[in-house]
Amino acid sequence: MDSQGEHISNQFDLELDNLKTLLLEAGGLVERQLAKASYSLLEYDTSVAQKVVDCDDEIDSLECKIDESAHLIIAKRQPTAKDLRLVLTIIKTIRDLERMGDESSKIAKMAIRLSEETESRIGFAEFRRISERVQSMVKSCLDAFARSDVAAAVEVAKEDSTVDMEYASAMRALITYMIEDQRSITRVLNLLWALRALERIGDHARNIAEQVIYLVNGTDVRHSNIEDFVVSVNKTD
Amino acid sequence: MIDHNTNLGESARITDDAARLVPRLDISAVLSDKREETENLRECFTVEGLNLFYNPNIHALKNIDLTIPDKCVTAFIGPSGCGKSSLLRCFNRMNDMVDGCRMEGKISLKGQDINASTMDAIALRTAVGMVFQKPNPFPKSIYENVAFGLRLHGMKKKRQLDEVVENALISAGLWEETKDRLSDNALKLSGGQQQRLVIARSIALQPEVLLLDEPASVLDPISTLRIESLIHELKRDYCIVIVTHNMQQAARVSDFTAFMNMGELIEFDSTDIIFTKPSLRETEDYITGRYG
Repeated sequence: MDSQGEHISNQFDLELDNLKTLLLEAGGLVERQLAKASYSLLEYDTSVAQKVVDCDDEIDSLECKIDESAHLIIAKRQPTAKDLRLVLTIIKTIRDLERMGDESSKIAKMAIRLSEETESRIGFAEFRRISERVQSMVKSCLDAFARSDVAAAVEVAKEDSTVDMEYASAMRALITYMIEDQRSITRVLNLLWALRALERIGDHARNIAEQVIYLVNGTDVRHSNIEDFVVSVNKTD
Repeated sequence: MIDHNTNLGESARITDDAARLVPRLDISAVLSDKREETENLRECFTVEGLNLFYNPNIHALKNIDLTIPDKCVTAFIGPSGCGKSSLLRCFNRMNDMVDGCRMEGKISLKGQDINASTMDAIALRTAVGMVFQKPNPFPKSIYENVAFGLRLHGMKKKRQLDEVVENALISAGLWEETKDRLSDNALKLSGGQQQRLVIARSIALQPEVLLLDEPASVLDPISTLRIESLIHELKRDYCIVIVTHNMQQAARVSDFTAFMNMGELIEFDSTDIIFTKPSLRETEDYITGRYG
C-alpha cells in the first residue's frame, strides 16, 4: 500500500503496516513449516517432523493476534474502500494460512507414521513433485499479496488446477500399488493423506490469490472456474 | 399524511401531473454497477452544465452535470470549500439572495426549470425545504413553529391545523416527546429536538424535496442517530439531499453519493460503490483519509 499515498493519520498507516507485517510473518512461518514437513517425510527425519508439529501453535497465536488487531482497526478507524479491502483480505488470508499450517503439521504427522513402517519410496516421486509445486504456489501468493500483483495471483490460481490434476493422477498410481500389494495399504494410505494435505494447501494458496485480486481490483473471483476467472480479471484491468 | 394541497395554493406544488410526465431516469448510465433497484428510479433534480460565480473572480461550481433521483437520499461529500453547500443552495435558489452571484446552466425539478421566469421563488422554496446546520426554530411555541408556515399559506381552520401539525411532528419523530407540551417555547427543546422540529416545520408544507445542510453536525451522537433514522424514514416520501462532513454518516444514510472537490463534481455513484470501490483515485484518497 506504500505506493498508494499515506493517510493524514500516521497512526492509521502504522496500524495497517503492522497488520501486513504480521501477516507476512505468518506467511513466512507457513512456508518454512511446509518445507520442513515435506523434507521430514521424504528424508524420514522424525526430529524435524516433531518440530513442525510443535511449531504449529506459533501460527495459531499469530492468527489470534492478527484477528485482534484487525478487529480494533475496524472498530476504531472504520476503514473504507481499499483500506477496508486490505483489512478484510488480511482477516481471510490469515485463516487460510492457519489452515495451511494445520495441513503442514498433518504432513509431519504422516512423516512420523511412515517412519514407523518398513522403509519404501513408493509414491515419493509424486509427493516431491507436488510438494515443490505447492511450495512455489505458497511463496507466489504471498509475494502477490506483498506487491499487490494481480498477474502473479492469476498464475497461482492456474497452478492450483495443475496441482489438482497431479493429485488425481498420483492417487490413481497409488491405488494401483495398493491393489497389487495389499501389505502396502497402510503406508500408501498414510502417504495419500499427506498428498491430500498438499492438495488442500494448494487450494488455500488459490484462496489467498483470489483475495489479492479482490484487494487490488475489488472484484470477487471466488467460486469461478479458471477461464471465467482470467476473463473477469482482465476486464477490470 | 393528510392531503391539504388545495390550501397551499396550486402554485406552491409541482403537480402530480407534471411528475408523471417525467421520464424514467436512466441512472444505470451514470452508475458503474447496474443494480435492479436503480431501475425504477425517477429523476428529481437534473443539473446541466451548472457554473456558479460569487463574483467574477470566484468560480464556485464548475460544469456540474448531475441527476438526483427521487425518493432517495443523495449525499454530497468533499473537503471544506469544495462547493457542496453552494450546490445545495442552488436547488432552492438561496443563492439569489447573494449579491454578485451569477449562475449559468440549467437546474430542473421534475422537468421544470427552477430558474425560469415563471417559477415563483417562494413556491419553489415551499416545494424544496431546507434544514440548516444549526437548528433555527422560531422563538414561538412548538405548535406555532409548525403551524406558522401553514397559516402563511392560508390554512386557517384550527382542526385542520391541529391535524397537520400532529402528522408533521409524528413524521419527524417528535410527537411522543412533545404532545403534552405543544405550547412550550420551542427554544426549551434540546438541540436534537429543535432540529427535528425544524424538519417537522419543513415537511408540514409537504415539500417535494428536503435539503439538509449538515443537519447533525452540532448534535450529540444519539440525536445524530435519531436524525439519521428519521432521514431513512422520510426518504419514502421525499427526495433528500444531504451535505455532510461526516463520511460515515454519508455512508450510513445515503443511497447515492457525490464527491466534490474544488468546485467540481468528481464522482457520483451509488454509496455502496463509493465506499467500497470508487472508480477514481481522488475519491478513494478522500474517503480513506489520505493526502489528495
